[in-house]
Amino acid sequence: MSGRAFLAVLRRDVYVTGRELPSFLAQTLVQPFFFLLVFVVVLGRGGFVAEGYGEIMLPGLIALNAMFGALQSVTLPLVFELSWTREIDDRLLAPMPVWAVAVEKIVFAGLRGLLASLLMVPIGLLMIDVHWPADGLLPAFAMVVLGSLLGAAMGLTIGTAVPPRRINILFAVIFTPLLFTGSVQYPWLTLQDLRWFQVLSALNPLTYVSEGLRAALVPDVPHLPLWVCVVVPVLAIVLFTLLGIRGFLRRALD
Amino acid sequence: MAKAAVEVVDLVKRYPKAKSNAVDGVSFEVETGEVFGLLGPNGAGKTTTVGVLTTRVVPTSGVARVAGLDVRADAVAVCARLAVVPQRQNLDRSLGVRDNLVFHAAYHGVGRAERNRRADTLLERMGLSDKAKAIADDLSGGQAQRVMIARALMHRPEVLFLDEPSTGLDPQARLFVHDQIRSLRDEGITVVLTTHDMDEAHKLSDRIGIVDHGTLLALDTPDKLVRALPGSATVEVVAEPGPGGVEPLRVALAGLDGVARVETPPGRAQPGTEAFRLSVTCEPSTLLAPVVDLLGRHGAGVRDVSLGESTLEDVFIDLTGRDLR
Ligand SMILES: Nc1ncnc2c1ncn2[C@@H]1O[C@H](COP(=O)(O)OP(=O)(O)O)[C@@H](O)[C@H]1O
Ligand SMILES: [Mg+2]
Repeated sequence: MSGRAFLAVLRRDVYVTGRELPSFLAQTLVQPFFFLLVFVVVLGRGGFVAEGYGEIMLPGLIALNAMFGALQSVTLPLVFELSWTREIDDRLLAPMPVWAVAVEKIVFAGLRGLLASLLMVPIGLLMIDVHWPADGLLPAFAMVVLGSLLGAAMGLTIGTAVPPRRINILFAVIFTPLLFTGSVQYPWLTLQDLRWFQVLSALNPLTYVSEGLRAALVPDVPHLPLWVCVVVPVLAIVLFTLLGIRGFLRRALD
Repeated sequence: MAKAAVEVVDLVKRYPKAKSNAVDGVSFEVETGEVFGLLGPNGAGKTTTVGVLTTRVVPTSGVARVAGLDVRADAVAVCARLAVVPQRQNLDRSLGVRDNLVFHAAYHGVGRAERNRRADTLLERMGLSDKAKAIADDLSGGQAQRVMIARALMHRPEVLFLDEPSTGLDPQARLFVHDQIRSLRDEGITVVLTTHDMDEAHKLSDRIGIVDHGTLLALDTPDKLVRALPGSATVEVVAEPGPGGVEPLRVALAGLDGVARVETPPGRAQPGTEAFRLSVTCEPSTLLAPVVDLLGRHGAGVRDVSLGESTLEDVFIDLTGRDLR
């Protein structure tokens, strides 16, 4: 009974995404496209950024898309559904445990993150020269999956923790710092001489996803060992999933 | 013997940080197939009670069962057997009207062909066939209410909870909702309905529980509730007050044998006249002569006298008082 309800709720989310495909694509692809355009094409032209920077940045952007694609798929809808509109009530009344509704959110957001990051690949390939080793593709895919689940779990935690009145702080004090401290635009090991920022970046789980993708796709660039890039996200996924479910139960039930 | 569709025993709910209990020790049973009305003013605890019964509100203490199943321990099974039409519109805004129904049925495991068939039948029944593709935000209050009723019926629930189903609707929409509730009863669905509207409660319910401040004040059939009221019959008088003014009249009328209370019914008096409603404990016609006689002695001119039964409104006001909340 619960399994069928779970799949039906997941199908609902997939169906809605299908109906809103253009906005989903815009939401996930416009920002990384401009990152590449400005940092690689525009600045690369006059030699303001080193040649080959595109190869460093693209894995970071794929990691970013995995995590933010997932995070945004759950956070904003959740803030609304749990407050003004209470649209989620009909799903909470489906014959499945309330925590399973939260898990569905993570699974669905994870799928969106995966799609968002995979869509980033052809765009990157068109805009910059890459030489990815074939044996790095599978580990890279595993990192993308981890990044998507991480974003989904963090999104659930944030979405249930932020009251709707505070929704504007999401962008200023949560999304933006996550975006710029996640080793997306720089390899983490190059921060030796900027210790405080390196520590800050180490606290952002996105760092490990970015580094893991670089370890897989551009192994010549200095990077954290791959096992660290797997273990930290896995632990973070477990932690944020538990926190997120707890928050969800608190908000879903009075 | 009909088994209880809903059982509530000593139910208490205190919201976090609240100073008092929203539901404060309520017990009642609803029999299978019955239409049960929870009648109470705003803030009485009706929605909270429904919330506990529909697994959305965690009770502080007490027991609540639906279809014989505990709402805490068997929440999943309970959800499969009940349906809710909430007080506030909560349709899925990302889906059209028909998709709201179809997905609801899918959540409840109804097969594809069957849920499509049911959706069409219910849209037809609710007069919504031409709204199948509309989105929730474009519906009027009455239409949204009908969609929520249709949605609730998609998985054939045993017990249907309707929280203030006609509040804010125009008279046509109200009557439509009332007709639907009657036909649900005929189909054997147990209905628990909350309302602050006495007429609605009286008209639709087999039994009524009157709640205020989280406690159940009375529970019976509408007719018995009215009959149990001290002074269950009324005499209404419209008179032109004499030289002594209104107050002495009121005092004198209240002093008559068999008069329990004197009230001013709204909207009866013409300019220059005063209306009184006497709640009486005896046969109202025996009071006609004494009342007319008394008014004459005070120099007041009688304009109109009528006899009546008290209404549920009288019971309600008698139990819950006149304070605004
Ligand atoms: N989510 C909530 N949090 C805190 N207090 C609440 C909440 N919902 C209702 N209340 C309070 O509980 C009391 C009963 O409310 P409610 O059950 O909605 O009454 P009714 O439906 O009869 O109007 C009210 O005093 C209300 O302010
Ligand atoms: Mg209410």
